[in-house]
Amino acid sequence: MPPAVGGGLAGSELRPRRGRCGSQAARAVGPDVATEATVWSPKRPAPSSRRFEAPGRWALLALVTLMSFATRFHRLDQPPHICWDETHFGKMGSYYINRTFFFDVHPPLGKMLVGLAGYLSGYDGTFLFQKPGDKYEHHSYLGMRGFCAFLGALLIPFAYLTVLELSQSLPAALLTAALLTFDTGCLTLSQYILLDPILMFFIMAAMLSMVKYNSCANRPFSAPWWLWLSLTGVNLAGALGVKFVGLFIILQVGWNTLSDLWHLFGDLSLSMVTVGKHLTARVLCLIVLPLALYTATYAVHFMVLNKSGPGDGFFSSAFQARLSGNNLHNASIPEHLAYGSVITVKSARMAVGYLHSHGHLYPEGIGAHQQQVTTYLHKDYNNLWIIKKHNTNSDLLDPSLPVEFVRHGDIIRLEHKETSRNLHSHYHEAPLTRKHYQVTGYGINGTGDSNDFWRIEVVNRKFGNRIKVLRSRIRLIHLVTGCVLGSSGKVLPKWGWEQLEVTCTPYLKETLNSIWNVEDHINPKLPNISLDVLQPSFPEIMLEAHMVMIRGNSGLKPKDNEFTSKPWHWPINYQGLRFSGINDTDFRVYLLGNPVVWWLNLLSIALYLLSGSIFAVAVQRGARLPAEVEGLSQVLLQGGGQLLLGWMIHYFPFFLMGRILYFHHYFPAMLFSSMLTGLLWDTLLRLCAWSLASFSLAGHVHALGILSLLLGIAYSFYLFHPLAYGMVGPLAQDPRSPMAGLRWLESWDF
Amino acid sequence: MLGFLQRPVVVTADINLNVVALTAVGLLSRLWQLSYPRAVVFDEVYYGQYISFYMKRIFFLDGSGPPFGHMLLALGGYLGGFDGNFLWNRIGAEYSTNVPVWSLRLLPALAGALSVPMAYQIVWELGFSHCAAVGAALLILIENSLITQSRLMLLESVLIFFNLLAVLSYLKFSNSQKHRPFSPSWWFWLMLTGVACSCAVGTKYVGVFTYLLVLGVAAAHAWHLIGDQTLSNVRVLCHLLARAVALLVIPVLVYLLFFYVHLLLLCRSGPHDQIMSSAFQASLEGGLARITQGQPLEVAYGSQVTLKNVFGQPVPCWLHSHQSTYPMIYENGRGSSHQQQVTCYPFKDVNNWWIVKDPGRHELVVNNPPRPVRHGDIVQLVHGMTTRLLNTHDVAAPLSPHSQEVSCYIDYNVSMPAQNLWRLDIVNRESDTDVWKTILSEVRFVHVNTSAILKLSGAPLPDWGFRQLEVVGEKLSRGYHGSTVWNVEEHRYGRSQEQKERELELRSPAQMDASRNLSFMARFSELQWRMLTVRSDDSEHKYSSTPLDWVTLDTSIAYWLHPRTSAQIHLLGNIVIWASASLATLVYALLFVWYLLRRRRRVCDLPEGCWLRWALAGALCAGGWAVNYVPFFLMEKTLFLYHYLPALAFQILLLPVVLEHVSGRLCRSQLQRSFFGALVVAWFASACHVSNTLRPLTYGDRSLSPSELKALRWKDSWDILIRKY
Repeated sequence: MPPAVGGGLAGSELRPRRGRCGSQAARAVGPDVATEATVWSPKRPAPSSRRFEAPGRWALLALVTLMSFATRFHRLDQPPHICWDETHFGKMGSYYINRTFFFDVHPPLGKMLVGLAGYLSGYDGTFLFQKPGDKYEHHSYLGMRGFCAFLGALLIPFAYLTVLELSQSLPAALLTAALLTFDTGCLTLSQYILLDPILMFFIMAAMLSMVKYNSCANRPFSAPWWLWLSLTGVNLAGALGVKFVGLFIILQVGWNTLSDLWHLFGDLSLSMVTVGKHLTARVLCLIVLPLALYTATYAVHFMVLNKSGPGDGFFSSAFQARLSGNNLHNASIPEHLAYGSVITVKSARMAVGYLHSHGHLYPEGIGAHQQQVTTYLHKDYNNLWIIKKHNTNSDLLDPSLPVEFVRHGDIIRLEHKETSRNLHSHYHEAPLTRKHYQVTGYGINGTGDSNDFWRIEVVNRKFGNRIKVLRSRIRLIHLVTGCVLGSSGKVLPKWGWEQLEVTCTPYLKETLNSIWNVEDHINPKLPNISLDVLQPSFPEIMLEAHMVMIRGNSGLKPKDNEFTSKPWHWPINYQGLRFSGINDTDFRVYLLGNPVVWWLNLLSIALYLLSGSIFAVAVQRGARLPAEVEGLSQVLLQGGGQLLLGWMIHYFPFFLMGRILYFHHYFPAMLFSSMLTGLLWDTLLRLCAWSLASFSLAGHVHALGILSLLLGIAYSFYLFHPLAYGMVGPLAQDPRSPMAGLRWLESWDF
Repeated sequence: MLGFLQRPVVVTADINLNVVALTAVGLLSRLWQLSYPRAVVFDEVYYGQYISFYMKRIFFLDGSGPPFGHMLLALGGYLGGFDGNFLWNRIGAEYSTNVPVWSLRLLPALAGALSVPMAYQIVWELGFSHCAAVGAALLILIENSLITQSRLMLLESVLIFFNLLAVLSYLKFSNSQKHRPFSPSWWFWLMLTGVACSCAVGTKYVGVFTYLLVLGVAAAHAWHLIGDQTLSNVRVLCHLLARAVALLVIPVLVYLLFFYVHLLLLCRSGPHDQIMSSAFQASLEGGLARITQGQPLEVAYGSQVTLKNVFGQPVPCWLHSHQSTYPMIYENGRGSSHQQQVTCYPFKDVNNWWIVKDPGRHELVVNNPPRPVRHGDIVQLVHGMTTRLLNTHDVAAPLSPHSQEVSCYIDYNVSMPAQNLWRLDIVNRESDTDVWKTILSEVRFVHVNTSAILKLSGAPLPDWGFRQLEVVGEKLSRGYHGSTVWNVEEHRYGRSQEQKERELELRSPAQMDASRNLSFMARFSELQWRMLTVRSDDSEHKYSSTPLDWVTLDTSIAYWLHPRTSAQIHLLGNIVIWASASLATLVYALLFVWYLLRRRRRVCDLPEGCWLRWALAGALCAGGWAVNYVPFFLMEKTLFLYHYLPALAFQILLLPVVLEHVSGRLCRSQLQRSFFGALVVAWFASACHVSNTLRPLTYGDRSLSPSELKALRWKDSWDILIRKY
């Protein structure tokens, strides 16, 4: 749109470069317009950065990239066995190659990319990925590891460019690159078939493109502006498509965009039309585009995975009908429920599963000592029930008898096919939900008592109607107590095989918990009719997949009496994760941050908060800073502020999460924290050099400081590199170990 | 010198009759027939038991909130001379004559009554007209749900009172900031803000949201203060310090004070002792203290001890062993060592006694002088009744196959040697030569051969293990976890050489002398931590609801039903007020965004002062509503309609503010203004009418006929109880 570009340019010429910069301070003072006129551009007065001409800059970037690739690809093939979560993500990559449907709590993009990398590198999907420690042997795994390492290696140039853009200072960028290159944790995490390198790649790419488009703010609607803006959107979709924690970077970009728009809106030199164009551009690139891409990944996911597999049971009957090989695919079953039919009953609530029973009793002390009834997500013979009349026990499948259909409002009995016990309830409290009644399997060979009688009702139907398989939403009401059969969705303890609790709830409110549908239906007396089963629309599939994932995620609860990683452990590098090997003869890899880097990061956050608030208060008090300090303080407050925000957004929400947490969840936050460290130390050293300007050696303070930091970090990497590249030999307690003396915290066990 | 004599002593009283009148009607509405019904109403059954505990000074643990609210209720009981003898077990139970119902219900009712004049003052201090202020107070006055909730032994009205008090005193403080900073009244209101905030937090944890809101507003004001260049640096610093002390330090101190008084009052042991650590229990009168009183402090070789698990989940229990052995083959086909079971047992038992033995010596008595056991020492643990030694080995535990089985060693002569040496690791040691102390030391037992750690896995064993809890040797222990830590609870020095004598000794109660006390901070932090982590069974309740139901009043709670007639008390809101308050919030939000955007484009519809007032009213009232409402969406506990009342109180304050703004700013002509005024009067009349119609359900004083009750059931989701005759 050339006119828009022209207009935008003309309008923005009046605004200083990177006009956003002034907004924060100005807003804090109040709606005082005058202050905004004194907007500063963070021109680096330091001549040092000018010394590097363009070729030099490119050479430095190439060097950083080279270092990063060298460290990431070094000994990539070691160990030649499955490490840690490779067993999951490698397996899921194989599922894509085999086109088998599976279920996972993360969105599909990451695993799809892993699968694609495997496919392109000649992996045929035949390796089973059973458990950590299994040897890969002849299977080609380097393609998948190499892909992850490639993305992991790109993090460093991205971080380098981001800091360079924010601080306009090469030393800061270099320091950041060194921190990340020489961090054993980032290194380890990038070398295996995991989702984390992919996730971090998208997060950093989104951050970089956001920073880039911010610095294009003086040329809105130009080609680079559009490029970076839409790249931001693409990367946001990528981040969310790999793991739901990608939401955090979306929050950050969202916040940045809002403050950007707020600033543009307050700029009276822009007409409302121009502001409207800005708004539309952002809506298009940061909302519509990512959503479209995100949806597209799901479309591809469902298109590729068209064979029935281990994840079927997590999804509704209608969903399963899409999968070839599933018994509901092109299903041909009797349409109406009749007495004597063998059926499976599925809860209408997503990810609850089938009504199930098995030959184990409730433990003593938990209700009556009768057979357990649960819900179970997987397909199993124990999910089969026979529907019988409440008052006769004759063999209803006798061909001489006429077919009798079950109707809405009938009193029925459900007999478990495998154990011949009846679905039963009584006035005992349910095992977990104490206010509900217990549901058990009772009776011998189908002979029980009146507590086995249930009234079958179809939601929103009149009495006397037949009950349709799959489509009718039914409720089972216990005749004696008047309660409704439902699933509470709570996980039973070990005695119940961690299946879900089934209760009879006295609260008659119509919720999804108490609604069921009949899924499989076997009755030889009835003709099988090819049901054109409810083809769910794509939005319905998307919604269901998300519900199932969210439930899966919240189901990952830590158990009592187990050591779990707590968010406060992470920044202090309290404890690592074993990737491979336990004993001294094993090839051991241990995910642990380079303690020098991590503790420096921790210190830097404290220092940043201190120096940042000093500057903020000084500005608010109206102190007149010298031009040079002014520039540095702007870098610190604006550039550093964005990085600090990134760290906080990627870290603090974990404190609120109920699900089980692992050390590696911290790494996205750690990237931001390292960038902050680079920026902070460069700025502080420059300030130091400036305040010592009267001394002759002042000019070297900065260079020396940066150099010693770089060397220190590199040396610490030399010390700790066996953590990532693997160690064999005695454990670290042993003085003969290569890691002897490096176990600085007792909680590290390598 | 005697100048003061030359002038007469003058007392100028400035009485706002509005306030007096509002207080009077507030008291009337809340205190009228306060002791009716003379029966337990709804959650009184819950708070009442704690009042009884206070009266009897028995320790209890309640995870629902800090102790200040409970103590206020108990204060009512104390003033009324309640002796605590009442069995709080059933809603609707008739109170016996010793229960001073009136004085028990008095304090919440007073808090509810005083909220009425406070609403008036808040709106007035926000800079709106007397008319709006009176409107706000009247709305609070006639809101049925607030009346119901204040007339019972419940804490919401108290919480609302302190929330409003915090806001009011902050407003008074910030209004006196302009004219008379550092004057006595300035200090008074500033301090009162801090105290009210901590009282709100002390009543219920959700009070913390109001506290954060006040802190946020104070921080924003302070930031402007920093930017005020007419003030000197020193003065700015003084301002900041004063605020920091009043709003950060004082609330913490007052909060600690609540716990101090709480622990001072509750000095006797009671039913919740078991959840606390041994050290805490020992600090209470009776209970464990009676047993442990006079125990020797330092554990020595030959000591007889019981070992309690520090984590104590799922139940507190002691290390235990008994004659039975592990079954040869488990249900799932795995084999065991068939040695003597070691479990964790949640009851006191003679089989919980263990003797600390020096591996190098044979005798099981304490030498004279006793040789204390220190951190890092290698010990053996002998089970007192069977004299077998605590042992673990590379056999999978019965229920946790990744861990090692722990047993008492029986020598079957089958190439399975005893591995019964344990290294003592005192977790909370001060130095590496610390002595193992009774109750105070938290220790881990590290197995010498396999470096496994003795751990309570928490899994209940099947029938063969008498459903006691499984104890295992954890091989991959990473970091600190309470389930691997044990402490000595009962302790005495063993004197008997012979097994028979020793068994007698084990069965006899320990008696000796000396006493220990925990510091207040240790007791506070333990109690606070347990209160926050205690698990309440979050089951659904017949009257539970979700936050979404609240705004539209799609739910009600039946509090009480007369045993014979159909007189009943219901928590029901005044639907007119609820609906219009929600509408006002929406209107406020839309107007605010509109003004904000226009101001950004330099179109100032409102003069600066008016805009600031409008923004502050929104920050406190709409903000107060939001912070007291939105967090409930994230809470996992069972929620009820009454949780919404604090938010509602703030929302009601916003209502007259919005009305005044609309009539004053948006109505252009006099005609429009009069028309709008008439509308407001009509609306208020309808609110009064609704309030009056629902009055029988609010006070429960009149029995309604079934048809009348049916007529009151305006929403299908209201569970009004109708007797079937």
